[in-house]
Amino acid sequence: MSKFKKKKDGGLPPISTASLPDIVFMLLFFFMVATVIKEDNLKIQNQLPKANQIEKLDKKKPISYIYIGKPSSNYIDTYGTEDRIQLNDKLQSVEQVQAFIAAERAALAEELIPTLTVSLKVDRDAKMGVLTDVKQELRKTNALKINYTTKKGDAVTN
Amino acid sequence: MAKRSAPEVNAGSMADIAFLLLIFFLVTTDIATDSGLSRKLPPWEPDDKEEKVQIKEKNIFALTLNSNNQILLTAKGDSEVIAIKDLRARAFQFLDNGGGQGEDACKRCKGNRDPKSSDNFKKAVISLANDRLTDYKTYITVQNEIIAAYNDIRNREFKKDYPSLEMNFVEATDMYQDPITDPKLKESLKEKLEAIKEAVPQLFSEAEAKRD
Repeated sequence: MSKFKKKKDGGLPPISTASLPDIVFMLLFFFMVATVIKEDNLKIQNQLPKANQIEKLDKKKPISYIYIGKPSSNYIDTYGTEDRIQLNDKLQSVEQVQAFIAAERAALAEELIPTLTVSLKVDRDAKMGVLTDVKQELRKTNALKINYTTKKGDAVTN
Repeated sequence: MAKRSAPEVNAGSMADIAFLLLIFFLVTTDIATDSGLSRKLPPWEPDDKEEKVQIKEKNIFALTLNSNNQILLTAKGDSEVIAIKDLRARAFQFLDNGGGQGEDACKRCKGNRDPKSSDNFKKAVISLANDRLTDYKTYITVQNEIIAAYNDIRNREFKKDYPSLEMNFVEATDMYQDPITDPKLKESLKEKLEAIKEAVPQLFSEAEAKRD
């Protein structure tokens, strides 16, 4: 009779976790490749509406972003609850849209300027008023290619 | 003496490090939504220069959105409030009507040929006016439905004109924009897409929002 019990033979062998790092690395690489680090830190609510007749924006052509929405909860004290425009990372007034487009154009090579597309990321609960003003400013500065950026989905259920 | 082998590095914590990185990327990721409804704005013209283009009333499909997000449709000299789910079919019917006579006759149209509605694709105009208090999501839905109506017609015409391709206008556009597509195929697709766009132009006009 032995002093110590022998290990039972019927027990399951431990599962090898040697390949776990490989799996995790694979996921890691996926996310690293798929990630686009946010260009702008949003100060406004920006829940995009849904649409299904969408076209992809050509990434090779220059894109400028204009965000419109109500200030997010942290900024209500400073900026109120009316719809605001965000250009780069500041909340701006409508008058500054033209200067913004001019600055975006100045950063481009000359042959690319006519291909500049303005992507309008407007919160689904925003009102049309501010957007209409922005569109007028864009017309004045001759930035006519616009894109109402939306998510893919059924538009009728918006 | 036998060479001493290097001690094995313990790789057990590798998974922890990788997890940490993974979680960092998961949190900072914002998979970009870079697709949407592409539109072209009309160029800016000072008020005094603006030309008044005369369009026959029967060729206008006028939509007005009010501050309660209701849609008023004015066509055939009649106004009515319509539901958003009917908009696509109504717009399609209007565009496809083909009520023109003589040189305005529409060969491609398959509609009712109602003389009170639009003459042909090149004459039919959809106009949209909105209030400053209209919700953006309603506006987008309406825009989406108008584009859908045009796409329905373009799909049909594309299939009719180029049955050998076995795809519709939207699929062909996607293929044309796909960077993997062969340049030769792109060139031939572009020609066909332009032909359809020429035959079924999107005549869409947007009035300035009403001041409140």
